[in-house]
Amino acid sequence: MSRELINLIVQATGQSLFMVSVAALVATILGLPLGIFLATSRKGELFAAPPANGILGVIVNAARSTPFIILVVAIIPFTRLIAGTSIGSGAAIVPLTIAATPFIARLVEAAIREVDAGLIETASSFGASPLQIVFKVLIPEALPGLVLALTLAVVSLLGYSAMVGAVGGGGLGDLGIRYGYQRFMPEMMLAVVVVLIALVQTVQTAGDYLARRVNRRLRNR
Amino acid sequence: MNVHQSLTTAQPIAPLPSISLASDASDAMIRFEGVSKVYPAYRDKPSVHALQAIDFAIARGSITGVIGRSGAGKSSLVRLINGLEKPSTGRVVVDGREISALAGRELRLAQRSIGMIFQHFNLLSSRTAADNIALPLEIAGWSRADIAVRVEELLALVGIADKSDRYPSELSGGQKQRIGIARALATRPNVLLSDEATSALDPQTTRAILDLLANINRELGVTIVLITHEMSVVRQLAKEVAVIDGGHVVERGRVADIFTHPRHPVTQAFLSEAIGDSVPVSLASRLSPQPVAGGKAVLRVQVRGTEAGDTVVARVSRELSHDVALLSARIDEIGGQHVGSLILGIPGGEAAAKQALAYLSQHDILVERLGYVA
Repeated sequence: MSRELINLIVQATGQSLFMVSVAALVATILGLPLGIFLATSRKGELFAAPPANGILGVIVNAARSTPFIILVVAIIPFTRLIAGTSIGSGAAIVPLTIAATPFIARLVEAAIREVDAGLIETASSFGASPLQIVFKVLIPEALPGLVLALTLAVVSLLGYSAMVGAVGGGGLGDLGIRYGYQRFMPEMMLAVVVVLIALVQTVQTAGDYLARRVNRRLRNR
Repeated sequence: MNVHQSLTTAQPIAPLPSISLASDASDAMIRFEGVSKVYPAYRDKPSVHALQAIDFAIARGSITGVIGRSGAGKSSLVRLINGLEKPSTGRVVVDGREISALAGRELRLAQRSIGMIFQHFNLLSSRTAADNIALPLEIAGWSRADIAVRVEELLALVGIADKSDRYPSELSGGQKQRIGIARALATRPNVLLSDEATSALDPQTTRAILDLLANINRELGVTIVLITHEMSVVRQLAKEVAVIDGGHVVERGRVADIFTHPRHPVTQAFLSEAIGDSVPVSLASRLSPQPVAGGKAVLRVQVRGTEAGDTVVARVSRELSHDVALLSARIDEIGGQHVGSLILGIPGGEAAAKQALAYLSQHDILVERLGYVA
């Protein structure tokens, strides 16, 4: 493989990592509170607001059931509004974030719901405020689950990022399609797949390790 | 204490005579005034009257047991005391403050003076023993330095100073409950609520935890309310008891009185479980409902009070001029009173049995005929 092609792979990897990490960061900042709210706003819960819970649930489900490639195209005007353009890796971050936020919210919701309701009652019995319960009980107790949820979200984002090549987003997926498929260079396709596998493996291994580190439940067993 | 207020308060529902466990109103740490709790119908579930017409007081510095079957309303009762639940009607007053009327920040401040321990300990798995104990102090906004000092004291108080850096998953049930107790006491509450705190522990650990609670009551003067379905817990630790069934307080008073002279069927059932006055299996299998020629009539004599049981065998023997057989006996001490039962075998046929029954009834000793054995 020529030096030029290798440079292309390095560049595409950089683009993919940039899109995925910014999208993961923003989606976490949005999805974490959204997921916590979804997990604590049903009837009788900490921030009980059943109508809001219902409406947000429907929005989250709608966003999650839209195929990503359709979402990318459908929100082009919105992308242009936010990023100033609808082309390039920077612009691709917008649909990636919008796709990942409801996904992360649902994963966070599931992790938070795993926390024993008795612990919420216990903290309430000491006079903890709802926000204190979130920060001192729910998030620390759900941390292993949250870490795994974010790991899963990053892996999914790597997959999504391969699709944004369709709107000129660049990245590894774009490279694989253009060189590997359209120019019929199987060695390029193979190289892209190998890099993606290595990235996913690295992210998953790091996430698993971190989740194990923060999990105090299984010690001595 | 706001004596004036409690004297002038209207009590909408008061079916039980208002005998207070506290000697007078100003002695009460916790007062229930006409309290009921109804959980409204939800979806396909009908509404539930968890508590009805609760009117009693718990004395400052006392250890009071609240005993009942599961579903009797015990958990609702204890959650009314620390404001985790609101009564549907009536008032709950804790240390002079109407906790049932507080909300938001005021309620959270009041909750800091009421500690609670739980059946399943409810420790944070992500925090060490010391950090679990620190949690209520962090919530109350203590400084890091003050928390460190207080946590040291508490670890020593409950006897697990060497476990401060351990996570709950590394500790035994008894050690976890000690952390639970230290955590509940962290903010120096004057009430400690125990919600089945020993129900998940083995008998030996239960005893140690109950001893610790007794010490805490004695040394810190903390008023303790024990919710339990186990008679043995009430017997070992409590001085006062309220028996709760179907959402009502069906019986209450000093442990010694209630369990030496139980009136309500639920109390009687708890008592017979606790003292194990069932007929031994080997005896039960030999019992026949008809008299057996040359056999004995089998009587069960209830022992209630300090002297009742001491001489009964000798007295009946003397009365009948026959040697009475003692087939089974179980006598326990509850609150300084003897409580239990004796199973006697009376020889000499039907006449002797009748004579023995008459003699015991005459002397106000509870007796029943179980049957006959050869």
